[in-house]
Amino acid sequence: MALLATHGLTAFYRDFQALFGVDLTLEAGETIAIVGANGAGKSTLMRSISGVLRNGADQILFEGRPIGAMSAPEVMGLGIAMVPEGRKLFPSLSVEENLLIGRYGRATDGPWSLETIYQLFPVLKERRNTPGTALSGGQQQMVAIGRALMSNPRVLLCDELSLGLAPIIIKDIYAAFPAIRNSGASIAIVEQDIGQAMKVADRLYCMMEGRVTLTGRPAELSRDAIHAAYFGAHA
Amino acid sequence: MHGRTIPWRVETRTKASTVFAVIAALIVIAGLVAPIYLPRATLQDLFFILTMLVLAQSWNLLAGYAGLVSVGQQAFVGLGAYAMFAGVVLLKLDPLLAMLLGGVAAALLAIPAGFFAFRLQGAYFAIGTWVVAEIVRLVVAQWKTLGGGTGTSLPGTATRAMFGTDLVQRLLGVRPAQAVDVICYWLALLLAVATIFTVYRLLRSRHGLALASVRDNQEAARAIGVDARRLRAMVYLTSAFLTGLVGALIYVQKARISPDAAFSVIDWTAYVIFIVVIGGIGTIEGPIVGVLIFFGLQKLLADFGSIYLLALGLIGIVIMLFAPQGLWGLFASRTGIQLLPVRRLLRGGSLET
Amino acid sequence: MNWADTILQGALLGGLYALFAAGLSLVFGIMRLVNLAHGDLIVLAAYLILVLVSTLGLHPFLAVLIAMPVMFAAGWLLQSYVLNRTLGPDILPPLLVTFGLSVVLQNGLLQASSADSRRIPSGVLETASVAIGPLTIGVMPMLTFASAVAVILILNRVLYGTELGRAFRATSDDAVTAGLMGIKPHRTFAVATGIAMAIVAIAAVFLGTRANFDPTIGPARLIYAFEAVIMGGLGSLWGTLAGGVVLGVAQTIGGAINPEWQILAGHVAFVLVLLVRPRGFFPRAVD
Repeated sequence: MALLATHGLTAFYRDFQALFGVDLTLEAGETIAIVGANGAGKSTLMRSISGVLRNGADQILFEGRPIGAMSAPEVMGLGIAMVPEGRKLFPSLSVEENLLIGRYGRATDGPWSLETIYQLFPVLKERRNTPGTALSGGQQQMVAIGRALMSNPRVLLCDELSLGLAPIIIKDIYAAFPAIRNSGASIAIVEQDIGQAMKVADRLYCMMEGRVTLTGRPAELSRDAIHAAYFGAHA
Repeated sequence: MHGRTIPWRVETRTKASTVFAVIAALIVIAGLVAPIYLPRATLQDLFFILTMLVLAQSWNLLAGYAGLVSVGQQAFVGLGAYAMFAGVVLLKLDPLLAMLLGGVAAALLAIPAGFFAFRLQGAYFAIGTWVVAEIVRLVVAQWKTLGGGTGTSLPGTATRAMFGTDLVQRLLGVRPAQAVDVICYWLALLLAVATIFTVYRLLRSRHGLALASVRDNQEAARAIGVDARRLRAMVYLTSAFLTGLVGALIYVQKARISPDAAFSVIDWTAYVIFIVVIGGIGTIEGPIVGVLIFFGLQKLLADFGSIYLLALGLIGIVIMLFAPQGLWGLFASRTGIQLLPVRRLLRGGSLET
Repeated sequence: MNWADTILQGALLGGLYALFAAGLSLVFGIMRLVNLAHGDLIVLAAYLILVLVSTLGLHPFLAVLIAMPVMFAAGWLLQSYVLNRTLGPDILPPLLVTFGLSVVLQNGLLQASSADSRRIPSGVLETASVAIGPLTIGVMPMLTFASAVAVILILNRVLYGTELGRAFRATSDDAVTAGLMGIKPHRTFAVATGIAMAIVAIAAVFLGTRANFDPTIGPARLIYAFEAVIMGGLGSLWGTLAGGVVLGVAQTIGGAINPEWQILAGHVAFVLVLLVRPRGFFPRAVD
């Protein structure tokens, strides 16, 4: 049984349908990447799994349990933490407080604590008392990842980590992922940057217009197939 | 498009609204001749209903259409009434003329009051208007020639000599005091019709469209060039003028004034809010329905004093929680009927050319 | 007239207004909700304390310890079952529902007690005073001011030094992202309103022991509280105390010149402050 699975997941914003029956699995210890162009439904998928958007209960299963209809705090309590798109640090909280609030709904013992997160991102320790939003974009992304890790999640969802960041900073951030994997978390990453996604992921999902158009191991997928799945028919 | 024009038109009229226009005209005519066949007590009830309706329409224009939730309408009622008293008592004006003075005074107050209250955002605007009303009440209470804190009465000679009383006395064969009531009633009817007409015209004009866009999304409205501040200021002034005018009229009929009564937040704002909320905020029909229900409740429960207000408050809360569009809104959404349509309906114009 | 004395009395009165305002400020800061029934809730709490004092023979300062959890529960229930339903982008529902609540509370109290004005007896404290140099200071006003300072110290400690406070601030910043942290915004709001109502109970004991009260005086207390919050700057509790002091001093000076000008002078000071500093004395950087 997969750790996390979606079955025929559909999602709507009022009358607008954003997801049309998405099937996806995440095995324990695995890292998957979900790629696709703007508007493909990647973020909607993340928002659905994390409980920000509510769906049919059976459309999302966690260890076989239906969680599609749960609220975000309930999903988080099960051990599914999210790094939201745009980082979304709390402006009135300091860096350290932003990290601490990550364990509000799930203060579980595990590999991650303030100490280990400062080891992972040493720069945060120096700036622990500054307001979270006073940091650079890359540092803010580190706080957002650290905040999600503080709950010692079993599943880490990352939405558009590289959005608006310089390539060298993106590289720094992805350098942390081996350590996160080794801590035992399963990871689902949403990326627009296909190259970066193929480097970290065990498996890749391509999405287009609310549907999964291609899936497989990075080594087994041809450039052309990915290109077609990403942009639609050969343009 | 190959030179073909798609047949479409924007409609702001519905079938029900045309029928209603005819019925409304008949009601107004029946209302005009009512003093001939209705007893004085009924006329006084109608006067109450009509003046509350004007207050409700003015508040609805502010809160329902411009998103300006005022809890300080009593400032304009009270100042309008006091200005009218000053006109009659100090300037020896005819009460009719003094009423206009009341409206103008209220509109003049709205300039500094608006300047101040518009600095406060959203919910704080509400309490800001309340503070303004308190200030005006406390200042007026210092006005010793008009009775200070205890108030004063309108000299009977002045009202009985009001413009038109002679004519009404002879026409209807009534005593002077009754003639004053008849004139006040006619003025209330005129004011109610004029207010509904003004609000209706304003909302159907391009200003109305802009107002709706400001209420729905201030940022977007600004982006398409709607000057939200000016528009809101205009609505605030209009509402103040109408409220001041009706405040003056109410106190010509009451003929006795005191700061606590004329600036009562319960009488001139709480009641009005409940009328609009119960009837349906953001519609012209809502306040009409609301005022009739309010009057009915008052007739039924007025003897119970504070229980009446308690019930009114509870009804208001329940409606706001479970049917925020009010009774008229419920009715309209079930039946699709609009009597005074201010929305625009697009007819035709199919894109399958 | 002794100016120093007048200003001191005014400053101490400001402590009372800060107590009125602290709960209002907390709730507004966390959920952008202005509770128009806040003043009536203070009056309700004063009646509750009066009942405890007169039926159980308790000292008011003991009665308030019972009233605080009761009011906390009332606030928690009010927020959970009524006010949470009104929150959203539209400011009308919370305003109109709390305005309705204000009318309901006033008339409910009129029905339950009477229009007569009452006072909570506090024994010797009512008239006790101490002399400091040339000035004589009432013990009660001093206790009020000290309580205001204590309440603000504790609230700030909660807001900036506890997990609950972090949750308050995070929810205030961004309720959706707070949900991703496992924070349930509606439950957080209920706790915040509960705390605000516990502070209301403290405000009520001073309202009721210092002067007469009746069911209709709530709205005026709401206005004073509101003026203190706005003058201080939204989101700053020490600012609220400063706003309360300015209001209190303006009122006592106005009243010393002409008793009829007391309340008016407070309002005028408020308008002047707002014209000069539209965002108050200590505006919050992020808003």
